[in-house]
Amino acid sequence: MSAETIKLPETPMPSTQAESHRLAAAGLTAGYDARTVLRELDLQIPEGSFTVIMGPNACGKSTLLRSLARLIKPASGEVLLDGAAITSIPTKQLARTIGLLPQSSVAPEGITAADLVSRGRHPHQSLLKRWGREDEAAVREALEVTGTSALATRPVDELSGGQRQRVWIAMALAQQTPILLLDEPTTYLDIAHQIEVLQLCTQLQAQGRTLVAVLHDLNQALRYATHLVAMRDGEIIAQGAPEQIGTPELVQEVFGVAARIIEDPETGRPLVIPKAPPLPE
Amino acid sequence: MTLTAERRSAEESLAADQSPTGPPLFGPGTRPVRTSSFSALLHTRTMAVTLLITAAALAVAGWNMVSGSAMLGITEVIQAFLGSADEGTTRVVLEWRAPRVLFTLLGGAALALAGAVFQSQTRNPLGSPDIIGFSTGAYTGALLMAAVGFTGLWATPIAAILGGLATGAAVYLLAWKRGVSGLRIIIVGIGVSIFLSSFNTYLLTVLSLETAMSVATWGAGSVNDITWNHVYPLLAVTAVALPVMLAHARQMRLMEMGDDAASGLGIRLERVRLIQFTGGILLVAVVTAAAGPIAFIALVAPQLALRLTAASSVQLLPAAAMGALLLTASDAIARAETMPVSLPVGVVTLVLGGAYLVWLLVVMGRSKRGNR
Ligand SMILES: Nc1ncnc2c1ncn2[C@@H]1O[C@H](COP(=O)(O)OP(=O)(O)OP(=O)(O)O)[C@@H](O)[C@H]1O
Ligand SMILES: [Mg+2]
Repeated sequence: MSAETIKLPETPMPSTQAESHRLAAAGLTAGYDARTVLRELDLQIPEGSFTVIMGPNACGKSTLLRSLARLIKPASGEVLLDGAAITSIPTKQLARTIGLLPQSSVAPEGITAADLVSRGRHPHQSLLKRWGREDEAAVREALEVTGTSALATRPVDELSGGQRQRVWIAMALAQQTPILLLDEPTTYLDIAHQIEVLQLCTQLQAQGRTLVAVLHDLNQALRYATHLVAMRDGEIIAQGAPEQIGTPELVQEVFGVAARIIEDPETGRPLVIPKAPPLPE
Repeated sequence: MTLTAERRSAEESLAADQSPTGPPLFGPGTRPVRTSSFSALLHTRTMAVTLLITAAALAVAGWNMVSGSAMLGITEVIQAFLGSADEGTTRVVLEWRAPRVLFTLLGGAALALAGAVFQSQTRNPLGSPDIIGFSTGAYTGALLMAAVGFTGLWATPIAAILGGLATGAAVYLLAWKRGVSGLRIIIVGIGVSIFLSSFNTYLLTVLSLETAMSVATWGAGSVNDITWNHVYPLLAVTAVALPVMLAHARQMRLMEMGDDAASGLGIRLERVRLIQFTGGILLVAVVTAAAGPIAFIALVAPQLALRLTAASSVQLLPAAAMGALLLTASDAIARAETMPVSLPVGVVTLVLGGAYLVWLLVVMGRSKRGNR
């Protein structure tokens, strides 16, 4: 098991020291066919932040991430990267700037972990440069920091849910993008691996990358995020520093859950304690 | 651009280091090859298997050149090519056997390529053009053309191509519901295929007896009447489609990871899909125009090659080599002396492929696909 734990490198990874980029949505209305999910949404992802998006199921978090990654064409409004419309950026260049871990993906049957992770290198490769040293180094590094090096030669469809999840995270890391969008990176993970993934995010952020993640665990969001975005019904209800917006009113408004907020004894940040419902007689 | 600057410095810092080291990332037989301007991962097993299959296909093709109603020696065949054989031998070799042998090699490869592309795009080993109706549709096009009285060097292949493309467009539109899913294409395709088969049967009854007789054997898929005039369109289409499809093979494989992951990696899904679908349909159509629908090569060859190469997903070149081998071998069986009657090659592929299909369905029923 020890070979599988996530090893956080002591020094930031040299090959990935990245300058930050500004990603923003302006008046973004997007959805699927007739169903509009996001309405007139304005959002600025702070440069170099670890932004966490939270909100109830089906409120449009994945739709927002997919729009930010240009997977969905907005009905109106636009997504801006460093002030320029994201639609004007060449596809490969965009893929070298923004990486995405989708909420659900299917690995081709029989593909090994290393093979899957190395596909993350595609935007850096060309017809003649198909597997350079930098590709191999990036893949090794991604496997290393996600604790999946020992799984490299195993078929992905034979891994546990958590192992598989970490291999997919490694795939997104191998892409070495300054902006990383992670849709529920902690699902399927046990508590230790959840914490490790979140710490990895914090560390990537410390290197200057911009991270945007969807998380369902409110307390993890409050603890790790530098910027918090609360969504409901396709709209942003509140955003700001966790200390500012982590209030009982917000939890009530976003999730409809009555909760108390206390100070996290570990970090001093807000900690959500849902109120116990009255016990049945 | 700052990004490229960053990458360059990353590359330099790595070049200063030696090659990355550590435990092997890939299984034995996979190793990197790097020069200053080129780098790639070589899969020695895939290359060896592809070469072996190609060699076997060429050997069977050679056998098909010398064997037949008149057994020829290798020297006679070579003399015929050099122009120093007698008139009869030259005609047998150059006019009868050479086009047929070349057609089975190229046509088998073309069908298998199309099969590999569709299986990859539908992420399903059943997603091959003969199952989802493209060869049936190409045949419909050719029959319609014959019904209005045109047959000829280009009329039939063009009609078949139009029929194939129209079928492809119909299946795509019918299956399209917020993007296309592999399984929906297959199910819609099977429906369209059944409809078109009965329409083809109807067309055959409407055609004049003479035309119907000639196209009926053709309906089972036959290379008995292949001439150079059938080989040229196939050569032309293959020469264009093959390089274009190969150039997009990498993108195609990334699309097997799902649309979201692939777009995130910079793949333009609709573009790659359009190119690979069109290429595949064109290849199937020119083969069908000349030989009728030859069953199962497209379905079987990519999967057989996949099992032999032990790769993670279907690959174009090994599949093409396997297709060439399967069709030449089927032709060798079909025209073997010991056969009581000269069989259309499509009957042989039907028998071989049918057995494979049963096996595939049994295996697919047993194994489940894992999701993330
Ligand atoms: N591919 C799709 N086609 C049509 N509608 C979709 C599609 N994906 C999502 N939706 C709809 O859009 C709405 C928002 O979905 P989205 O996936 O963005 O929610 P989410 O906030 O990520 O939810 P979850 O927490 O469950 O992941 C939902 O009503 C959903 O049914
Ligand atoms: Mg979601």
